[in-house]
Amino acid sequence: MTKSHEEITLTPISDTPSTMNITGLWRVVKPVVDKEKCKKCTICWKFCPDAAITLVDGEPIVDLRYCKGCGICAFECPSKCIIMVKEGEQ
Amino acid sequence: MRMVMTGNYASAYGAKLARAEVIAAYPITPQTSIVEKLAEFVSSGELKAKFIPVESEHSAMAACIAAQTAGARTYTATSSQGLTLMHEVLMWASGARLPIVMTNVSRAMAPPWNVWADHMDTVAQRDTGWLQFFCRSNQEVLDTIIMAYKICETSGVMLPAMIVEDAFILSHTSEPVDVPEQALVDSFLPAYSPELKIEVGKPMGFGSLVKPDQYMEFRYKAMLGMKEARERILRVEQEFKHIFGREHGGLLDLYKCADADVIMAAAGSVAATAMDVVDAMRAKGMRVGLARIRAFRPFPHEEFRSLAGKTEGIAVLDRSFTFGAAGAMFTEVKSSIYSCQKRPVVKNYIAGLGGRDITPKILEKIFEDMLVVSKRGAEDEVEWVDVAGLPRRWR
Ligand code: SF4
Ligand code: SF4
Repeated sequence: MTKSHEEITLTPISDTPSTMNITGLWRVVKPVVDKEKCKKCTICWKFCPDAAITLVDGEPIVDLRYCKGCGICAFECPSKCIIMVKEGEQ
Repeated sequence: MRMVMTGNYASAYGAKLARAEVIAAYPITPQTSIVEKLAEFVSSGELKAKFIPVESEHSAMAACIAAQTAGARTYTATSSQGLTLMHEVLMWASGARLPIVMTNVSRAMAPPWNVWADHMDTVAQRDTGWLQFFCRSNQEVLDTIIMAYKICETSGVMLPAMIVEDAFILSHTSEPVDVPEQALVDSFLPAYSPELKIEVGKPMGFGSLVKPDQYMEFRYKAMLGMKEARERILRVEQEFKHIFGREHGGLLDLYKCADADVIMAAAGSVAATAMDVVDAMRAKGMRVGLARIRAFRPFPHEEFRSLAGKTEGIAVLDRSFTFGAAGAMFTEVKSSIYSCQKRPVVKNYIAGLGGRDITPKILEKIFEDMLVVSKRGAEDEVEWVDVAGLPRRWR
């Protein structure tokens, strides 16, 4: 229901963080990391604009709930161990 | 302490005295020496602030937005193409109700490439929800930065402000400036403490999605903030005068307007020249006056309305041009007085674009033209002044 302008904050503020917004559903292609070739250099982790990569023991793990499939990680990986695979094709 | 300094250094001292805590900046002529000076203050420890060098003006404003959302008082400076690159995030700053203060050293837009005084950059940002103050002197630049934080940080306002200095005429010209004592500024301007800010360990979304059923209420609230700013500008200036003994004219700074047959409305450094011209013409028996547009946003509509019945003509000098219409200040002045019973003749003079000198002689000729036009009406409402190839001679 529409609240009166007197009842609302100056700018909209929600108490749910943006991690509640699952944005990975928009993806066409997804990154797949070749663990054998990965040098754990963390470059993909630094470059991911959606912070969708987390490091577990130095190893990059893509959180597909947020990854939008932009391919930046694959492009930046110096070891060329990330390939972009079409959704539903692997 | 009185010091001789440029408008740019006056900006830097203003931000330092206001104790800006985060400064994000990208260099662009003629603004660069503001942030260079601030970088010096920060590196020497004279100013306890975080200085963030960024890769573009868009990022400079984005960094200020983030820091201000976290509860820091922020400052940045820019010019021209840099200001217009910020356009998107300027809207974000005002919509997020962040009282950021920024100096814009007003400079022409390219092409033709040109780094000199012109108000096109500032005027093009009039709809972004920022307060805009045009300054006449370096002293006014320093004082207005300090006042702007106090005006904008009130809970009823919470909007950002742009302090405008004319390129080179103020930015790189030295004048004596009184630099107030830090303790005095501290007594005038308390630390920034917003009601709501980002807090560690308490995740919240700021500026989140709002659907059509609620969007208008937020915009209405911002409108109320700008309305409140009008009153706040006047009140803060009185408080400032009480402590520092100086004032700069509120929203519309009137000079010898009380009995003036014709009045010139102008903004920025040209107003200083116009004051001399008013004196010289009055010495010759011509009753002329100057209404200096100090605040362009919020616009002094009411002040112009109360002038309307007292004068025969208003010459509006615009240092920019809105293509397909007229000078933006002219349009505003005209719309202000439309509802008045008695309306003076209003004519627009477009002058000084791209740093072209507006000499005392040109201002005198504008006044003389207006004295004639005010009696018989203007044939052409908008006249470009001092353009080669046009029949009228101005020099
Ligand atoms: S594809 Fe893009 S969004 Fe997904 S993990 Fe790589 S960089 Fe991040
Ligand atoms: S950039 Fe490539 S090599 Fe480096 S951590 Fe990421 S996947 Fe591994």
